Amino acid sequence: MTGKLPIHLSRQGQRSLRDAEVRTVGSENEFMTLERVSYTLDSTLDSVNKAEQTAEALAAKMPFEEEDCHRIAMAVREAAVNAVLHGNAYDPKKKMTVSFENTGDSLVIKISDQGRGLRDADIPDPLAEENLLKQSGRGIFLIRSFMDEVKIRQLEPGTEITLVKHIGQAGTATEERQ
Amino acid sequence: MKASSRRVDGVTILDLSGRITLGEGSVVLRDQIRDLLGKSEKKILLNLGDVTYIDSSGIGELVSAFTTVRNQGGELKLLNLTKKVHDLLQITKLYTVFDVKDDEASAVKAFAR
Repeated sequence: MTGKLPIHLSRQGQRSLRDAEVRTVGSENEFMTLERVSYTLDSTLDSVNKAEQTAEALAAKMPFEEEDCHRIAMAVREAAVNAVLHGNAYDPKKKMTVSFENTGDSLVIKISDQGRGLRDADIPDPLAEENLLKQSGRGIFLIRSFMDEVKIRQLEPGTEITLVKHIGQAGTATEERQ
Repeated sequence: MKASSRRVDGVTILDLSGRITLGEGSVVLRDQIRDLLGKSEKKILLNLGDVTYIDSSGIGELVSAFTTVRNQGGELKLLNLTKKVHDLLQITKLYTVFDVKDDEASAVKAFAR
């Protein structure tokens, strides 16, 4: 099935995470191949936790090792924190969108915010000696460490980050900026 | 996250359990460290054996605790890292920054007298 477009179009679209718990994804109670779900969430820590928990639950339904499920969930948490905290700054008028897609050979997660945008200058190298003891600035680094592909795209306004984890492949993280 | 402290040979051992994440354990840890320093308890051993999860905010809080204690003339060491926490400190290059121990008795003895 790899390479085909998603066919479960009726399952696509945005919904509230509260209204669409993981168990409602697919009648088979599984995150089957070629499915995509998308949620629009408030800019709260509760949304961060829900995005993380959903990521872990969906990854567990795919053939990932337990450690990879944990890494995917942690990457999603870090990206969601960036969206809610640094992007939307907890603004109740701004939303975070999180989508999960099982392409058959990968899990593709997109997280976007409506904030001021993430610029290169905003992402210092946390491994540089002068940054090693800083309290913050490790989120994007951890995301890159845990996922196979990371893409950051500027929106008008906001930022979209795409996280990809391939099934059965210990890939090296690559990054593209658009 | 839950935290409780006990004293062993002049060292305060802070037993932490649960998650050290943004909005959960990070603030608890910060308050605990502040309270200990306020009582001039500056030899602090953080027992992370029951910590199940740390995110980047939690890592930042550990770093902040380390530097805050050091800046006040104290010492902070880590005890009983789980594999997940160990791996996180490795990839963030913090494993060599912290003094990490895996045995409580020897960790207590390692503090300056």
